[in-house]
Amino acid sequence: MRWINRKPSRAATVVLMTLPFVAVFIAYALGSEARLAVNPQDKLLPAPSAIAETAIRLVTTPDKRSGDILFWRDTFASLQRLGLGVGISALIGLLAGLAIGLLPYVRATFSGFVSVMSMVPPLAILPILFIVFGLGEVSKVALVVIGITPFLIRDLSQRVLEIPQELFVKAQTLGASSLVISLRVALPLVMPRLIQAVRLSLGPAWLFLIASEAIASQDGLGYRIFLVRRYLAMDVILTYVIWITLLAFLLDLALRSLSRKLFPWAGEDGL
Amino acid sequence: MSFVSVTSVSKYYGSRPILEHVNLEVSEGEFISLVGASGCGKSTFLRMLLDQERPTGGSITVDGRPLTGEPSQSRGIVFQRYSVFPHMSVRDNIIAASAFQTTYGWLRGAAKSQARRDADTALERIGLSHVADQYPAALSGGMQQRLAIAQAMAAKPRVLLLDEPFGALDPGTRLSMHAFLSDLRDETGMTVFMVTHDLEEGFKLGDRVLVFDKPRWDPQDPEAFGATITYDFDARDGGIPYQRLTEETHVLEPH
Repeated sequence: MRWINRKPSRAATVVLMTLPFVAVFIAYALGSEARLAVNPQDKLLPAPSAIAETAIRLVTTPDKRSGDILFWRDTFASLQRLGLGVGISALIGLLAGLAIGLLPYVRATFSGFVSVMSMVPPLAILPILFIVFGLGEVSKVALVVIGITPFLIRDLSQRVLEIPQELFVKAQTLGASSLVISLRVALPLVMPRLIQAVRLSLGPAWLFLIASEAIASQDGLGYRIFLVRRYLAMDVILTYVIWITLLAFLLDLALRSLSRKLFPWAGEDGL
Repeated sequence: MSFVSVTSVSKYYGSRPILEHVNLEVSEGEFISLVGASGCGKSTFLRMLLDQERPTGGSITVDGRPLTGEPSQSRGIVFQRYSVFPHMSVRDNIIAASAFQTTYGWLRGAAKSQARRDADTALERIGLSHVADQYPAALSGGMQQRLAIAQAMAAKPRVLLLDEPFGALDPGTRLSMHAFLSDLRDETGMTVFMVTHDLEEGFKLGDRVLVFDKPRWDPQDPEAFGATITYDFDARDGGIPYQRLTEETHVLEPH
Protein backbone atom coordinates (compact mmCIF):
# COMPACT_ATOMS: atom_id res chain seq x y z
CA MET A 1 0.00 0.00 0.00
CA ARG A 2 1.23 3.50 -0.81
CA TRP A 3 2.12 5.77 2.08
CA ILE A 4 -0.33 8.42 0.87
CA ASN A 5 -3.15 5.90 1.37
CA ARG A 6 -2.18 4.69 4.83
CA LYS A 7 -4.19 6.40 7.52
CA PRO A 8 -3.74 6.10 11.28
CA SER A 9 -6.66 4.82 13.32
CA ARG A 10 -8.47 7.11 15.74
CA ALA A 11 -6.48 5.91 18.72
CA ALA A 12 -3.22 6.10 16.79
CA THR A 13 -4.06 9.68 15.77
CA VAL A 14 -4.37 10.70 19.42
CA VAL A 15 -1.10 9.00 20.31
CA LEU A 16 0.70 10.55 17.32
CA MET A 17 -0.69 13.96 18.17
CA THR A 18 0.67 13.87 21.73
CA LEU A 19 3.98 12.39 20.64
CA PRO A 20 5.80 15.64 19.69
CA PHE A 21 4.66 17.31 22.93
CA VAL A 22 5.92 14.38 25.01
CA ALA A 23 9.16 14.30 23.02
CA VAL A 24 9.84 18.00 23.66
CA PHE A 25 9.04 17.58 27.35
CA ILE A 26 11.36 14.56 27.69
CA ALA A 27 14.16 16.31 25.81
CA TYR A 28 13.82 19.32 28.10
CA ALA A 29 13.67 17.17 31.25
CA LEU A 30 16.80 15.25 30.22
CA GLY A 31 18.68 18.41 29.35
CA SER A 32 17.63 20.05 32.60
CA GLU A 33 18.64 17.00 34.64
CA ALA A 34 22.04 16.80 32.95
CA ARG A 35 22.78 20.48 33.66
CA LEU A 36 21.48 20.34 37.24
CA ALA A 37 23.63 17.23 37.90
CA VAL A 38 26.72 19.23 37.02
CA ASN A 39 25.66 22.45 38.75
CA PRO A 40 22.67 22.41 41.13
CA GLN A 41 22.59 26.26 40.96
CA ASP A 42 22.03 26.24 37.18
CA LYS A 43 19.33 28.74 36.16
CA LEU A 44 19.15 28.11 32.42
CA LEU A 45 17.07 24.94 32.38
CA PRO A 46 15.13 24.74 35.65
CA ALA A 47 13.62 21.34 36.46
CA PRO A 48 9.99 20.85 35.35
CA SER A 49 9.04 20.47 39.01
CA ALA A 50 10.64 23.85 39.77
CA ILE A 51 8.69 25.46 36.93
CA ALA A 52 5.47 23.94 38.25
CA GLU A 53 6.23 25.30 41.73
CA THR A 54 6.94 28.74 40.30
CA ALA A 55 3.75 28.60 38.24
CA ILE A 56 1.66 27.82 41.31
CA ARG A 57 3.37 30.61 43.26
CA LEU A 58 2.80 33.06 40.38
CA VAL A 59 -0.90 32.39 40.01
CA THR A 60 -1.70 32.31 43.74
CA THR A 61 0.68 34.58 45.67
CA PRO A 62 -0.16 38.30 45.74
CA ASP A 63 2.55 40.86 45.20
CA LYS A 64 3.88 42.20 48.52
CA ARG A 65 3.82 45.83 47.46
CA SER A 66 0.56 46.14 45.56
CA GLY A 67 -1.39 43.20 46.94
CA ASP A 68 -2.37 42.11 43.42
CA ILE A 69 -1.53 38.78 41.94
CA LEU A 70 0.78 40.07 39.21
CA PHE A 71 0.22 37.08 36.95
CA TRP A 72 -3.48 37.83 36.57
CA ARG A 73 -2.94 41.57 36.37
CA ASP A 74 -0.44 41.03 33.53
CA THR A 75 -2.80 38.66 31.79
CA PHE A 76 -5.71 41.07 32.10
CA ALA A 77 -3.67 44.04 30.87
CA SER A 78 -2.28 42.17 27.89
CA LEU A 79 -5.60 40.65 26.87
CA GLN A 80 -7.26 44.03 27.11
CA ARG A 81 -4.67 45.59 24.81
CA LEU A 82 -4.79 42.66 22.44
CA GLY A 83 -8.60 42.62 22.39
CA LEU A 84 -8.83 46.35 21.79
CA GLY A 85 -6.18 46.29 19.08
CA VAL A 86 -7.55 43.27 17.26
CA GLY A 87 -11.14 44.48 17.65
CA ILE A 88 -10.39 47.92 16.21
CA SER A 89 -8.37 46.35 13.39
CA ALA A 90 -11.12 43.89 12.56
CA LEU A 91 -13.69 46.66 12.39
CA ILE A 92 -11.49 48.88 10.19
CA GLY A 93 -10.50 45.88 8.08
CA LEU A 94 -14.11 44.85 7.57
CA LEU A 95 -15.40 48.30 6.64
CA ALA A 96 -12.44 49.21 4.44
CA GLY A 97 -12.35 45.74 2.89
CA LEU A 98 -16.03 45.94 1.99
CA ALA A 99 -15.69 49.43 0.56
CA ILE A 100 -12.58 48.55 -1.49
CA GLY A 101 -14.01 45.25 -2.65
CA LEU A 102 -17.44 46.57 -3.60
CA LEU A 103 -16.93 50.10 -4.90
CA PRO A 104 -14.65 50.56 -7.92
CA TYR A 105 -14.10 54.24 -7.07
CA VAL A 106 -12.86 53.43 -3.55
CA ARG A 107 -10.80 50.56 -4.95
CA ALA A 108 -9.13 52.81 -7.52
CA THR A 109 -8.33 55.33 -4.79
CA PHE A 110 -7.13 53.15 -1.93
CA SER A 111 -6.00 49.71 -3.05
CA GLY A 112 -2.57 50.93 -4.14
CA PHE A 113 -2.25 53.05 -1.02
CA VAL A 114 -3.08 50.13 1.27
CA SER A 115 -0.60 47.87 -0.56
CA VAL A 116 2.19 50.38 -0.02
CA MET A 117 1.18 51.09 3.59
CA SER A 118 1.22 47.40 4.42
CA MET A 119 4.91 47.36 3.51
CA VAL A 120 5.81 49.80 6.31
CA PRO A 121 7.43 47.71 9.04
CA PRO A 122 5.26 48.42 12.11
CA LEU A 123 8.08 47.97 14.63
CA ALA A 124 10.10 50.61 12.81
CA ILE A 125 7.45 53.21 13.56
CA LEU A 126 7.02 52.14 17.19
CA PRO A 127 9.26 55.03 18.35
CA ILE A 128 7.00 57.44 16.45
CA LEU A 129 4.00 55.99 18.28
CA PHE A 130 5.73 56.42 21.63
CA ILE A 131 6.57 60.02 20.74
CA VAL A 132 3.07 60.83 19.48
CA PHE A 133 0.91 58.87 21.89
CA GLY A 134 3.24 58.74 24.89
CA LEU A 135 4.17 55.58 26.72
CA GLY A 136 0.63 54.74 27.82
CA GLU A 137 -1.94 52.27 26.59
CA VAL A 138 -2.71 54.09 23.34
CA SER A 139 0.64 53.50 21.72
CA LYS A 140 0.55 49.76 22.49
CA VAL A 141 -2.94 49.33 21.09
CA ALA A 142 -1.96 51.52 18.15
CA LEU A 143 1.01 49.29 17.34
CA VAL A 144 -1.22 46.21 17.22
CA VAL A 145 -3.72 48.09 15.04
CA ILE A 146 -1.06 49.43 12.68
CA GLY A 147 0.59 46.03 12.56
CA ILE A 148 -2.37 43.94 11.47
CA THR A 149 -4.90 46.31 9.89
CA PRO A 150 -3.26 46.51 6.44
CA PHE A 151 -3.24 42.73 6.24
CA LEU A 152 -6.90 42.55 7.26
CA ILE A 153 -7.95 45.20 4.74
CA ARG A 154 -6.09 43.52 1.91
CA ASP A 155 -7.34 40.08 2.81
CA LEU A 156 -10.96 41.12 3.19
CA SER A 157 -11.11 43.26 0.06
CA GLN A 158 -9.70 40.26 -1.80
CA ARG A 159 -12.37 38.02 -0.26
CA VAL A 160 -15.10 40.44 -1.33
CA LEU A 161 -13.71 40.39 -4.86
CA GLU A 162 -13.77 36.59 -4.77
CA ILE A 163 -17.52 36.47 -4.12
CA PRO A 164 -19.04 35.14 -7.35
CA GLN A 165 -20.26 38.02 -9.52
CA GLU A 166 -23.43 36.03 -10.13
CA LEU A 167 -24.58 36.72 -6.58
CA PHE A 168 -24.23 40.48 -7.00
CA VAL A 169 -26.03 40.37 -10.35
CA LYS A 170 -28.76 38.26 -8.81
CA ALA A 171 -29.19 40.71 -5.94
CA GLN A 172 -29.49 43.57 -8.44
CA THR A 173 -32.20 41.74 -10.37
CA LEU A 174 -34.06 41.43 -7.06
CA GLY A 175 -33.96 45.20 -6.77
CA ALA A 176 -31.20 45.57 -4.16
CA SER A 177 -29.41 48.91 -3.81
CA SER A 178 -25.64 49.15 -3.22
CA LEU A 179 -26.32 49.48 0.51
CA VAL A 180 -28.55 46.42 0.60
CA ILE A 181 -26.02 44.42 -1.43
CA SER A 182 -23.26 45.32 1.02
CA LEU A 183 -25.40 44.65 4.11
CA ARG A 184 -27.22 41.52 3.03
CA VAL A 185 -24.90 39.86 0.51
CA ALA A 186 -21.27 40.97 0.87
CA LEU A 187 -21.17 41.49 4.66
CA PRO A 188 -22.56 38.09 5.71
CA LEU A 189 -20.51 36.33 3.04
CA VAL A 190 -17.20 37.79 4.26
CA MET A 191 -17.92 37.43 8.00
CA PRO A 192 -16.48 33.88 8.17
CA ARG A 193 -13.49 35.18 6.21
CA LEU A 194 -13.08 37.99 8.72
CA ILE A 195 -12.87 35.51 11.57
CA GLN A 196 -10.42 33.44 9.54
CA ALA A 197 -8.29 36.51 8.84
CA VAL A 198 -8.39 37.56 12.51
CA ARG A 199 -7.24 34.08 13.49
CA LEU A 200 -4.31 34.36 11.10
CA SER A 201 -3.40 37.81 12.37
CA LEU A 202 -3.46 36.81 16.07
CA GLY A 203 0.15 35.60 15.81
CA PRO A 204 1.47 38.96 14.55
CA ALA A 205 -0.83 40.75 17.03
CA TRP A 206 0.84 38.95 19.96
CA LEU A 207 4.23 39.76 18.47
CA PHE A 208 3.50 43.48 18.29
CA LEU A 209 1.90 43.48 21.74
CA ILE A 210 4.84 41.80 23.45
CA ALA A 211 7.30 43.99 21.59
CA SER A 212 5.58 47.18 22.72
CA GLU A 213 5.20 45.90 26.29
CA ALA A 214 8.85 44.91 26.38
CA ILE A 215 9.96 48.41 25.55
CA ALA A 216 7.76 50.58 27.76
CA SER A 217 5.14 49.33 30.14
CA GLN A 218 4.25 48.83 33.80
CA ASP A 219 2.43 45.56 33.45
CA GLY A 220 1.58 42.96 30.83
CA LEU A 221 2.82 39.52 29.95
CA GLY A 222 5.55 40.81 27.64
CA TYR A 223 6.68 43.37 30.23
CA ARG A 224 7.03 40.69 32.91
CA ILE A 225 9.05 38.39 30.68
CA PHE A 226 11.49 41.11 29.77
CA LEU A 227 11.65 42.30 33.38
CA VAL A 228 12.57 38.96 34.93
CA ARG A 229 15.07 38.32 32.15
CA ARG A 230 17.45 40.50 34.21
CA TYR A 231 17.41 37.91 37.00
CA LEU A 232 17.72 34.98 34.60
CA ALA A 233 14.40 33.76 36.04
CA MET A 234 13.86 31.10 33.44
CA ASP A 235 11.15 29.45 35.52
CA VAL A 236 9.03 32.63 35.39
CA ILE A 237 9.76 33.23 31.71
CA LEU A 238 8.84 29.68 30.76
CA THR A 239 5.63 29.83 32.79
CA TYR A 240 4.64 33.02 30.98
CA VAL A 241 5.60 31.63 27.57
CA ILE A 242 3.52 28.51 28.14
CA TRP A 243 0.64 30.66 29.37
CA ILE A 244 0.80 32.96 26.31
CA THR A 245 0.90 29.95 24.01
CA LEU A 246 -2.11 28.46 25.78
CA LEU A 247 -4.01 31.77 25.57
CA ALA A 248 -3.28 32.11 21.86
CA PHE A 249 -4.37 28.53 21.27
CA LEU A 250 -7.60 29.01 23.23
CA LEU A 251 -8.38 32.27 21.40
CA ASP A 252 -7.89 30.51 18.09
CA LEU A 253 -10.10 27.63 19.18
CA ALA A 254 -12.79 30.01 20.42
CA LEU A 255 -12.82 31.95 17.15
CA ARG A 256 -13.04 28.75 15.16
CA SER A 257 -15.99 27.39 17.08
CA LEU A 258 -17.62 30.83 17.00
CA SER A 259 -17.34 30.83 13.22
CA ARG A 260 -18.81 27.33 13.03
CA LYS A 261 -21.67 28.27 15.28
CA LEU A 262 -22.53 31.61 13.67
CA PHE A 263 -22.01 30.63 10.04
CA PRO A 264 -23.03 27.00 9.65
CA TRP A 265 -23.56 27.57 5.92
CA ALA A 266 -19.90 28.42 5.35
CA GLY A 267 -18.75 24.79 5.48
CA GLU A 268 -15.14 23.75 5.85
CA ASP A 269 -13.70 26.62 3.83
CA GLY A 270 -15.14 29.09 6.31
CA LEU A 271 -12.99 27.75 9.11
CA MET B 1 -44.39 47.10 -31.36
CA SER B 2 -42.41 44.13 -30.16
CA PHE B 3 -41.58 43.68 -26.51
CA VAL B 4 -37.85 43.10 -26.74
CA SER B 5 -36.18 44.77 -29.66
CA VAL B 6 -32.52 44.26 -30.59
CA THR B 7 -31.21 46.48 -33.38
CA SER B 8 -27.85 45.84 -35.13
CA VAL B 9 -26.13 45.01 -31.87
CA SER B 10 -22.42 44.22 -31.89
CA LYS B 11 -20.05 43.33 -29.07
CA TYR B 12 -16.27 43.53 -29.16
CA TYR B 13 -13.81 42.45 -26.50
CA GLY B 14 -10.94 44.76 -27.34
CA SER B 15 -10.62 44.50 -31.11
CA ARG B 16 -12.01 40.99 -31.17
CA PRO B 17 -15.59 40.78 -32.43
CA ILE B 18 -17.89 38.43 -30.51
CA LEU B 19 -21.24 39.42 -31.95
CA GLU B 20 -21.99 41.44 -35.07
CA HIS B 21 -25.20 42.65 -36.71
CA VAL B 22 -27.60 40.98 -34.29
CA ASN B 23 -31.21 41.92 -34.97
CA LEU B 24 -34.13 40.43 -33.10
CA GLU B 25 -37.75 41.20 -32.38
CA VAL B 26 -39.49 39.30 -29.62
CA SER B 27 -43.15 39.62 -28.63
CA GLU B 28 -44.25 39.54 -25.02
CA GLY B 29 -44.74 36.03 -23.69
CA GLU B 30 -42.46 34.27 -26.18
CA PHE B 31 -40.03 31.58 -25.03
CA ILE B 32 -36.75 31.99 -26.89
CA SER B 33 -34.09 29.29 -26.83
CA LEU B 34 -30.57 30.39 -27.70
CA VAL B 35 -28.30 27.64 -29.00
CA GLY B 36 -24.89 27.54 -30.62
CA ALA B 37 -21.36 26.25 -30.22
CA SER B 38 -19.28 27.18 -27.18
CA GLY B 39 -17.84 30.66 -27.43
CA CYS B 40 -20.32 31.80 -30.08
CA GLY B 41 -21.53 34.66 -27.95
CA LYS B 42 -24.94 33.43 -26.84
CA SER B 43 -24.12 33.91 -23.16
CA THR B 44 -22.66 37.32 -24.00
CA PHE B 45 -25.95 38.14 -25.71
CA LEU B 46 -27.85 37.06 -22.59
CA ARG B 47 -25.62 39.21 -20.40
CA MET B 48 -26.36 42.17 -22.65
CA LEU B 49 -30.09 41.53 -22.27
CA LEU B 50 -29.47 41.44 -18.53
CA ASP B 51 -27.53 44.69 -18.87
CA GLN B 52 -24.57 43.18 -17.07
CA GLU B 53 -22.60 44.06 -20.21
CA ARG B 54 -23.26 46.82 -22.68
CA PRO B 55 -23.21 46.33 -26.44
CA THR B 56 -20.35 47.99 -28.33
CA GLY B 57 -22.81 49.15 -30.97
CA GLY B 58 -26.54 49.05 -31.62
CA SER B 59 -29.37 49.21 -29.15
CA ILE B 60 -31.58 46.97 -27.07
CA THR B 61 -34.98 48.09 -25.85
CA VAL B 62 -37.33 46.27 -23.51
CA ASP B 63 -40.95 47.40 -23.62
CA GLY B 64 -39.90 50.40 -25.73
CA ARG B 65 -37.36 51.65 -23.19
CA PRO B 66 -33.59 51.38 -23.65
CA LEU B 67 -31.64 49.51 -20.98
CA THR B 68 -30.39 51.57 -18.07
CA GLY B 69 -26.81 50.32 -17.79
CA GLU B 70 -27.18 47.93 -14.87
CA PRO B 71 -29.24 44.84 -13.99
CA SER B 72 -32.66 45.67 -12.64
CA GLN B 73 -35.81 44.11 -11.33
CA SER B 74 -37.47 43.96 -14.76
CA ARG B 75 -35.20 41.12 -15.82
CA GLY B 76 -34.73 38.06 -13.62
CA ILE B 77 -31.77 35.73 -14.04
CA VAL B 78 -30.95 32.14 -13.23
CA PHE B 79 -27.36 31.05 -13.70
CA GLN B 80 -26.01 27.54 -13.96
CA ARG B 81 -24.26 27.97 -10.59
CA TYR B 82 -24.19 30.49 -7.74
CA SER B 83 -27.79 31.50 -8.32
CA VAL B 84 -28.99 31.40 -4.73
CA PHE B 85 -27.49 33.04 -1.66
CA PRO B 86 -25.55 30.39 0.26
CA HIS B 87 -25.79 32.27 3.57
CA MET B 88 -29.59 32.44 3.63
CA SER B 89 -32.02 29.67 4.38
CA VAL B 90 -34.22 28.43 1.55
CA ARG B 91 -37.13 30.52 2.84
CA ASP B 92 -35.00 33.64 3.26
CA ASN B 93 -33.80 33.24 -0.30
CA ILE B 94 -37.39 33.68 -1.49
CA ILE B 95 -38.11 36.47 1.02
CA ALA B 96 -35.00 38.26 -0.28
CA ALA B 97 -36.94 39.06 -3.45
CA SER B 98 -39.11 41.46 -1.47
CA ALA B 99 -36.72 42.29 1.40
CA PHE B 100 -33.95 43.50 -0.92
CA GLN B 101 -36.16 46.28 -2.23
CA THR B 102 -36.28 48.00 1.16
CA THR B 103 -33.72 50.60 2.25
CA TYR B 104 -31.64 48.30 4.47
CA GLY B 105 -32.68 44.96 3.05
CA TRP B 106 -34.77 43.79 6.02
CA LEU B 107 -38.52 43.54 6.38
CA ARG B 108 -40.32 44.34 9.62
CA GLY B 109 -43.70 43.72 11.17
CA ALA B 110 -46.66 42.97 8.93
CA ALA B 111 -44.61 43.08 5.73
CA LYS B 112 -42.31 40.46 7.21
CA SER B 113 -45.04 37.99 8.09
CA GLN B 114 -46.74 38.63 4.76
CA ALA B 115 -43.48 37.92 2.89
CA ARG B 116 -43.03 34.80 4.99
CA ARG B 117 -46.47 33.52 4.07
CA ASP B 118 -45.90 34.28 0.38
CA ALA B 119 -42.55 32.53 0.52
CA ASP B 120 -44.10 29.47 2.15
CA THR B 121 -46.76 29.38 -0.56
CA ALA B 122 -44.08 29.60 -3.24
CA LEU B 123 -42.04 26.85 -1.56
CA GLU B 124 -45.14 24.69 -1.30
CA ARG B 125 -45.65 25.08 -5.05
CA ILE B 126 -42.11 24.11 -5.98
CA GLY B 127 -42.08 21.27 -3.46
CA LEU B 128 -39.37 22.67 -1.20
CA SER B 129 -41.40 23.42 1.93
CA HIS B 130 -39.82 20.50 3.79
CA VAL B 131 -36.38 22.14 3.50
CA ALA B 132 -37.51 25.74 4.10
CA ASP B 133 -35.17 26.22 7.08
CA GLN B 134 -32.12 24.57 5.56
CA TYR B 135 -29.28 26.23 3.73
CA PRO B 136 -29.01 25.78 -0.06
CA ALA B 137 -25.81 23.73 0.33
CA ALA B 138 -27.97 20.92 1.78
CA LEU B 139 -30.11 20.82 -1.39
CA SER B 140 -29.56 18.75 -4.52
CA GLY B 141 -28.68 20.49 -7.78
CA GLY B 142 -32.23 20.26 -9.09
CA MET B 143 -33.72 21.64 -5.89
CA GLN B 144 -31.23 24.52 -5.93
CA GLN B 145 -32.21 25.43 -9.48
CA ARG B 146 -35.91 25.21 -8.63
CA LEU B 147 -35.23 27.54 -5.73
CA ALA B 148 -33.26 29.88 -8.01
CA ILE B 149 -36.14 30.02 -10.52
CA ALA B 150 -38.70 30.57 -7.77
CA GLN B 151 -36.53 33.32 -6.30
CA ALA B 152 -36.20 35.05 -9.67
CA MET B 153 -39.97 34.76 -10.21
CA ALA B 154 -40.73 36.14 -6.75
CA ALA B 155 -39.38 39.52 -7.89
CA LYS B 156 -42.01 39.43 -10.68
CA PRO B 157 -39.71 40.25 -13.61
CA ARG B 158 -41.10 40.99 -17.09
CA VAL B 159 -38.35 38.93 -18.70
CA LEU B 160 -36.74 35.79 -17.30
CA LEU B 161 -33.21 35.03 -18.46
CA LEU B 162 -31.83 31.53 -18.00
CA ASP B 163 -28.13 30.83 -18.57
CA GLU B 164 -27.82 27.08 -19.05
CA PRO B 165 -30.01 26.56 -16.00
CA PHE B 166 -30.12 22.78 -16.28
CA GLY B 167 -26.60 22.24 -17.60
CA ALA B 168 -25.31 20.69 -14.40
CA LEU B 169 -28.31 18.43 -13.73
CA ASP B 170 -28.73 14.73 -14.41
CA PRO B 171 -31.13 13.74 -17.24
CA GLY B 172 -34.00 12.68 -14.94
CA THR B 173 -33.92 15.87 -12.90
CA ARG B 174 -33.67 17.82 -16.13
CA LEU B 175 -36.96 16.35 -17.39
CA SER B 176 -38.80 17.24 -14.21
CA MET B 177 -37.31 20.73 -14.38
CA HIS B 178 -38.62 21.08 -17.95
CA ALA B 179 -42.12 20.24 -16.73
CA PHE B 180 -41.72 22.66 -13.83
CA LEU B 181 -40.58 25.48 -16.11
CA SER B 182 -43.35 24.83 -18.67
CA ASP B 183 -46.02 24.92 -15.98
CA LEU B 184 -44.60 28.10 -14.51
CA ARG B 185 -44.51 29.74 -17.89
CA ASP B 186 -48.07 28.73 -18.81
CA GLU B 187 -49.16 30.28 -15.54
CA THR B 188 -47.33 33.59 -15.78
CA GLY B 189 -46.98 34.01 -19.55
CA MET B 190 -43.71 35.81 -19.16
CA THR B 191 -41.04 36.31 -21.78
CA VAL B 192 -38.19 33.85 -21.38
CA PHE B 193 -34.72 33.70 -22.91
CA MET B 194 -32.85 30.47 -22.28
CA VAL B 195 -29.28 29.68 -23.28
CA THR B 196 -28.78 25.95 -23.66
CA HIS B 197 -26.34 23.45 -25.12
CA ASP B 198 -29.08 20.87 -25.48
CA LEU B 199 -30.86 21.24 -28.83
CA GLU B 200 -33.64 18.90 -27.79
CA GLU B 201 -34.26 20.97 -24.69
CA GLY B 202 -34.24 24.14 -26.77
CA PHE B 203 -36.87 22.85 -29.18
CA LYS B 204 -38.96 21.22 -26.46
CA LEU B 205 -39.32 24.33 -24.33
CA GLY B 206 -38.93 27.18 -26.79
CA ASP B 207 -41.39 28.88 -29.13
CA ARG B 208 -38.43 29.97 -31.20
CA VAL B 209 -34.93 28.56 -31.37
CA LEU B 210 -32.23 31.05 -32.31
CA VAL B 211 -28.94 29.66 -33.55
CA PHE B 212 -25.81 31.74 -32.99
CA ASP B 213 -23.01 31.10 -35.44
CA LYS B 214 -20.37 32.89 -37.46
CA PRO B 215 -21.69 33.60 -40.96
CA ARG B 216 -18.16 34.15 -42.24
CA TRP B 217 -15.13 32.14 -41.27
CA ASP B 218 -11.54 32.98 -42.06
CA PRO B 219 -9.43 29.82 -41.66
CA GLN B 220 -6.27 31.93 -41.30
CA ASP B 221 -7.84 34.08 -38.60
CA PRO B 222 -10.77 32.33 -36.91
CA GLU B 223 -11.41 35.31 -34.68
CA ALA B 224 -11.71 37.83 -37.49
CA PHE B 225 -15.51 37.74 -37.61
CA GLY B 226 -18.16 37.75 -34.92
CA ALA B 227 -21.23 35.56 -34.61
CA THR B 228 -24.82 36.53 -35.27
CA ILE B 229 -28.21 34.86 -35.33
CA THR B 230 -28.01 32.56 -38.34
CA TYR B 231 -31.28 30.65 -37.94
CA ASP B 232 -34.56 31.52 -36.31
CA PHE B 233 -36.64 28.35 -36.08
CA ASP B 234 -40.31 28.23 -35.25
CA ALA B 235 -40.29 25.58 -32.56
CA ARG B 236 -44.01 25.62 -31.77
CA ASP B 237 -46.21 22.67 -32.67
CA GLY B 238 -43.45 20.18 -32.14
CA GLY B 239 -41.11 22.03 -34.45
CA ILE B 240 -43.37 21.62 -37.50
CA PRO B 241 -43.74 25.06 -39.07
CA TYR B 242 -46.66 26.54 -40.97
CA GLN B 243 -49.27 24.99 -38.68
CA ARG B 244 -50.94 28.30 -37.93
CA LEU B 245 -52.77 30.74 -40.10
CA THR B 246 -51.15 34.12 -39.72
CA GLU B 247 -53.21 36.07 -42.22
CA GLU B 248 -56.88 36.44 -43.07
CA THR B 249 -57.68 33.71 -45.66
CA HIS B 250 -61.47 33.59 -45.32
CA VAL B 251 -61.17 29.84 -45.67
CA LEU B 252 -62.51 27.23 -43.24
CA GLU B 253 -63.55 29.87 -40.77
CA PRO B 254 -66.39 28.80 -38.57
CA HIS B 255 -69.03 31.53 -38.40
